[in-house]
Amino acid sequence: MSISRRKFLGWMGAAGMAGAAGTSAQAGSNKQFKGYPDSMGVLHDITRCVGCRKCEAACNKVNKLPSPDVSFDELTVLEQKRRTDAQSHTVVNQFQTDKDGAPSMVYVKKQCNHCLEPACASACFVKAFTKNPDGSVTYNAHVCVGCRYCMIACPFEIPAYEYNEAFTPRVMKCTMCHPRLQEGKLPGCVQACPTEALVFGKRKELIHVARERIRNFPDRYIDHIYGEHEMGGTNWLYLSGVSFSSTGMREDLGNTPAGKLTSGALGSVPIVAGLWPVLLTGIYAINRRKEKIAAKQQADAVNQAVSKANEEADAKIKAAMEKAAADKTAAIEREVKKALEQDAKARQEAQKAAREQSGDEGSDEDKT
Amino acid sequence: MSHETAATRNSVFTPFNVVAGIIVILGLFITAVRFTKGLGATTNLSDNNPWGIWIGFDLLVGVALAAGGYVTSAAVYIFGMKRFHAAVRPAILTGFLGYALVVLALNYDVGRPWRLPYPFLISRGTTSLLFEVGACVALYLSVLFIEFTPAPLEWLGFKKARAIVVKLTMVLTIFGVILSTLHQSSLGALFLIAPSKLHPLWYSPYIPIYFFITSIIAGLSMVIFEGSLSYRYLKHKMDHHHIETKDDLALGFGKAAAWVLTGYFMIKVIGIAADNNWHYLASGYGAWFLVELFGFVALPAFCYMLGVRENNIRLIRWTAAWTVLGIIVNRFNISMVAFNYHLPSSERYFPHWMEIGISVFIVTAGLLAFRFICTRMPILYEHPDYEPH
Repeated sequence: MSISRRKFLGWMGAAGMAGAAGTSAQAGSNKQFKGYPDSMGVLHDITRCVGCRKCEAACNKVNKLPSPDVSFDELTVLEQKRRTDAQSHTVVNQFQTDKDGAPSMVYVKKQCNHCLEPACASACFVKAFTKNPDGSVTYNAHVCVGCRYCMIACPFEIPAYEYNEAFTPRVMKCTMCHPRLQEGKLPGCVQACPTEALVFGKRKELIHVARERIRNFPDRYIDHIYGEHEMGGTNWLYLSGVSFSSTGMREDLGNTPAGKLTSGALGSVPIVAGLWPVLLTGIYAINRRKEKIAAKQQADAVNQAVSKANEEADAKIKAAMEKAAADKTAAIEREVKKALEQDAKARQEAQKAAREQSGDEGSDEDKT
Repeated sequence: MSHETAATRNSVFTPFNVVAGIIVILGLFITAVRFTKGLGATTNLSDNNPWGIWIGFDLLVGVALAAGGYVTSAAVYIFGMKRFHAAVRPAILTGFLGYALVVLALNYDVGRPWRLPYPFLISRGTTSLLFEVGACVALYLSVLFIEFTPAPLEWLGFKKARAIVVKLTMVLTIFGVILSTLHQSSLGALFLIAPSKLHPLWYSPYIPIYFFITSIIAGLSMVIFEGSLSYRYLKHKMDHHHIETKDDLALGFGKAAAWVLTGYFMIKVIGIAADNNWHYLASGYGAWFLVELFGFVALPAFCYMLGVRENNIRLIRWTAAWTVLGIIVNRFNISMVAFNYHLPSSERYFPHWMEIGISVFIVTAGLLAFRFICTRMPILYEHPDYEPH
């Protein structure tokens, strides 16, 4: 069977189209994960927080974390800016701001924001992090190698590490009280909050609640729900009366989910693996062919030179042979001539002798 | 009798050996502390700075400087530059030792090193660039090991095994270049996930390409640099052919490095333009960025060109050393100096002396292994019983 080039290309095109249409490619699509439907979350209204640290105490208790050196009732702790660490899943920080010219304190609770598409989960090379349907992001210490790439990846600087554990160090972070949620209980911090600065509910509904508050009290809040879109959205949401950056929260994170930041680089892996062998073998083949052609050209040139030299040598030999032959004939002729001359001379002398022998008269006649 | 002992003592207790011995003893001591007391006792790592010099130097710099293996074998076997053949074995050996030490160093850095096979065996986190780095480094270490085996096999006299390995040269070379392209670039891509933490002058969507291109520069420069060190200290182990071709090698690789550095300079400037980061150049970080760009990219590119043009081997060698330093500066900038640039200086990282101790220990172990192998196996000379491959 013979196929024309046109037919072949047609088949290839058809196969390509079928391949493209038949699969649901993820890497290059516009698909965005908007979170599990009905996933839960917490709305933290910064304007309601009084900095009592009750949430910290509750968190410490329900997660059975080691008790701190300084009691949770000690509020001077707030004077220093803190972050989550191996002993505390949540911390409250205080910030001095001046809203409408009057200096005032605002208090902000900090903990894992439970991203819709978590950077830690995307970065983990043993899948130690899970985004659960209830919205929480949990960690599995049984597979963790301890590379701490999750801590590099997290834009909110949340995961902490048990550096002082020699044999079983773990990454430590808020679980949104996932085990308690499964028992139908509230997260420890939410339950302990005396001012309802923390509200637990479905994320979708919390966004409505937050919008409602902004609409009802436009002077009290700035018009932004932190966490609605940051880093692709988080299950923990924030309302504030002052700019979020003045409360230690970064406003320059962008709305791209972490996974999208690396999908391009990951997507190029199979392309490199697929094309590099073709490219490299091609370069190798081109060089081999060049070498072959060069070798052949060299051989040809050598052959040509040799045959030319041979011809020249043949001609030279021929000339020499001819010359030799000519010399030989000449020598023979010369010898023959010489012999003939000698012969003639001998004959003459013989004749002369014969004549001398026959009579003097004869010889006299010769002289004249 | 007494003369003989004195001679032996002299040959063992050279200044190099004494210093190396002290470093090794210190390294073993820190190792004991690390694995009994944990990372907290030996490092200055913190929750904000989870990666220190054990990643910034041992992993990032280590892998980049071990790129000579794939660069040289690709030049000789794929691009057909057979005149550089004498450089292949030392480069492969450096690469193999480099990667082996990177893996060794990772055992210090990760919290539970005995779980290092977990990403492949227990739970594969394929969305992570670190998974790709791990997979490629593991595979490439195996490739380098096989590529290295002809030397020990010749040394041991296993002719049949050597013949089989030599037949695989081409496949291994191509496989090595693929794996190197992938993991060299992925080491840069690790930082793609943290645009809010890495200074915008160093963060770029092109960072995987920057890492790959600099690995070529590092590979070329390391072959020249290491060649000059070997000539200085292991000259007696080099054969006539090796010594004869070494200047030609420096010229050839120097020329290539000048070209690649020039291209790298161009794409770095394009990176600034693409993200419109010009205004950052006026800041303190900008000044440091310009030092890196002009001092460690443009300057060596120019010096390589000059060295090649004027046939100045000495200049090429010094430029190679300077370029290697530039690679270290670049990797340090990305993993430490420009990382967490937004944090106050009190929350920034500076290595603990024990961290430095382990890094020095690992480099020393590499030098000792290199010397051990070069003085025994046919690395810098060709074994008379075998055809070169």
